[in-house]
Amino acid sequence: MTELDAYAPFVGQATIDELRVLGKRMRGRSIQHINSTAVGGGVAEILSRLVPLTRELGIDVHWDVIKGGEDFFALTKRLHNGLHGGPTTITPEDHEIFKETTEENLRTLQLGRDVVFIHDPQPVALIQAVPNRSRAVWRCHIDVSQPAPEAWNFIRPWVVQYPAMVVSEPDFARDVDIEQFLVAPSIDPLSDKNKELEPDFVHDVTVKHGLDPSRPIVTQVSRFDRLKDPLGVIEAYAQARRYNDCQLLLVGGGASDDPEGHQVLQECRERAAGDPDVHVIELPPDAHLEINALQRASTVIIQKSLREGFGLTVTEALWKAKPVIATATGGIPLQITHKYSGILTHSIDGTAYWMKQLLNAPDYARWLGQNGREHVRHNFLLIRQLRDYLILAISLDHRGETLIRFD
Amino acid sequence: MSPFEFRTRLTVTKLTRRIATTVGQLVQHLREVSASVVFHHTHHYLVQHQELSPEPPNDFAHWVTTALQEDELGERLASVDTVRFASLAALKARLVEILEAHVTADRNPRVVPDGEEFHFKDAVSVVLPTDHVARTVAEFRTALARVSTASIAYHLFESRLRLGAEDNDLSNWLEREADLPAVARAIRALDPYTYTLEGLRQVLLGLVPQR
Repeated sequence: MTELDAYAPFVGQATIDELRVLGKRMRGRSIQHINSTAVGGGVAEILSRLVPLTRELGIDVHWDVIKGGEDFFALTKRLHNGLHGGPTTITPEDHEIFKETTEENLRTLQLGRDVVFIHDPQPVALIQAVPNRSRAVWRCHIDVSQPAPEAWNFIRPWVVQYPAMVVSEPDFARDVDIEQFLVAPSIDPLSDKNKELEPDFVHDVTVKHGLDPSRPIVTQVSRFDRLKDPLGVIEAYAQARRYNDCQLLLVGGGASDDPEGHQVLQECRERAAGDPDVHVIELPPDAHLEINALQRASTVIIQKSLREGFGLTVTEALWKAKPVIATATGGIPLQITHKYSGILTHSIDGTAYWMKQLLNAPDYARWLGQNGREHVRHNFLLIRQLRDYLILAISLDHRGETLIRFD
Repeated sequence: MSPFEFRTRLTVTKLTRRIATTVGQLVQHLREVSASVVFHHTHHYLVQHQELSPEPPNDFAHWVTTALQEDELGERLASVDTVRFASLAALKARLVEILEAHVTADRNPRVVPDGEEFHFKDAVSVVLPTDHVARTVAEFRTALARVSTASIAYHLFESRLRLGAEDNDLSNWLEREADLPAVARAIRALDPYTYTLEGLRQVLLGLVPQR
């Protein structure tokens, strides 16, 4: 079985066949992806799967990673936070560091491919040396809906040199005179995070973390971050717990190297103290199988974010056919149709109310979960993202056209 | 018999940066946008929300109902009989007419909460042949069972806008090439907007004979 065919059980053979038909239109052409890291982070994770699948379509695909020193990545981390809206200061030295690192990378990178996708702000300035700029795309994976002006103005001169940019949500469109496409993120159903697991493994992981598999489990998977409102989740659980027997699981990573995350984790543990049914668990960032198992063991999944990007943890939960209660923020409403494929809430009280409802109505909860899984199947799996990139690559030769016909 | 070549239409969404927060702004933008934007907002649900049965209405109806809580207007927009319109221009004119009537009568226009604005989107579509070509009714039926739902949508929805509201590619071929006028008529009589695409496939397979 080819790698592409392995996705047929999830998306249907017709979708795979259609992708091959589309791929034929790009055969003999080359595509290049450039980002800033080969491992770790969502972009690298997606590219590590997209690149071999693209190659299987007969397309000459390349993935290059830029290099940079600590000062460069410290700057781009600040830039990243600034683009997300956080306060940012950019100094003249920062401009020099960015310029020098870009030039160093331009000396080693080959940029002559037919279509070039440049991912996120770190390599954005490479556009200045792309020979065929009409076929370059800036793929912005981050929330740039309300960027700090310093951060946006830093990258804007390069962004406007691209003919097209891609964002993950409509809100992320920017006031620049280039074409802007919408490509939602996706999950890989074959990855450790999402693949099917043996029930025994799920049971063992659940027990290992002190949970009782025979009683309902309400779970939020997320970093220990105030924007994920874990304390609000504990409060909602406390309200529901008065009427419903259940356990609460807050599980995530990222606290050990993040001072604020560590503080949030501590606050959660303090708030949970005295209630043996509240489990606050920090796992390493590569504990994908365990997170997968804990999601599958859950009765209801919560994502009570105060602000959210796309919310891939919601996608993952929906894919596992779990009833999800999530805040109507960021990309979550794109994934959940309220009371049809999940529940959208706006408050702690609302979250508690729906927690009780779903715990008391397991048939309805199951129906929500099944609808959510189908929505993810059609819209948020990796194959759809690959298809979007190919259509976009083809459209670069047909600028201004909305209907491209092939015979 | 000329063969039937199954084609498909695949799209990627393009942002127009036109945003509405009120019904007034919605109609103002709708008057100005291209036909492909109207097509996107009245048809993308069919492909993107295949699990919803019956299909939700067009995006305008959905937004007006869920974001603005204008239930009566939402119902009017949802009940627009898309299948009757021979062109996107005619469909757009009807939607504009309904929205304008509301704006004229509405003394307290509502403004949508932050984050729930209506984003006008366009679609860049690639139409291309699939590997499925039918030379007989049996092959046609076999292919119908195997092609993607995007292909079914292309031959039923998009073709109506090319051939006129009363026709579609499938009926056209079944009548002219396969001499099955009754089957062609039965397919023409369907309101395809009230089925999921998979549901529609099953209905079509039930209509096309196994020969």
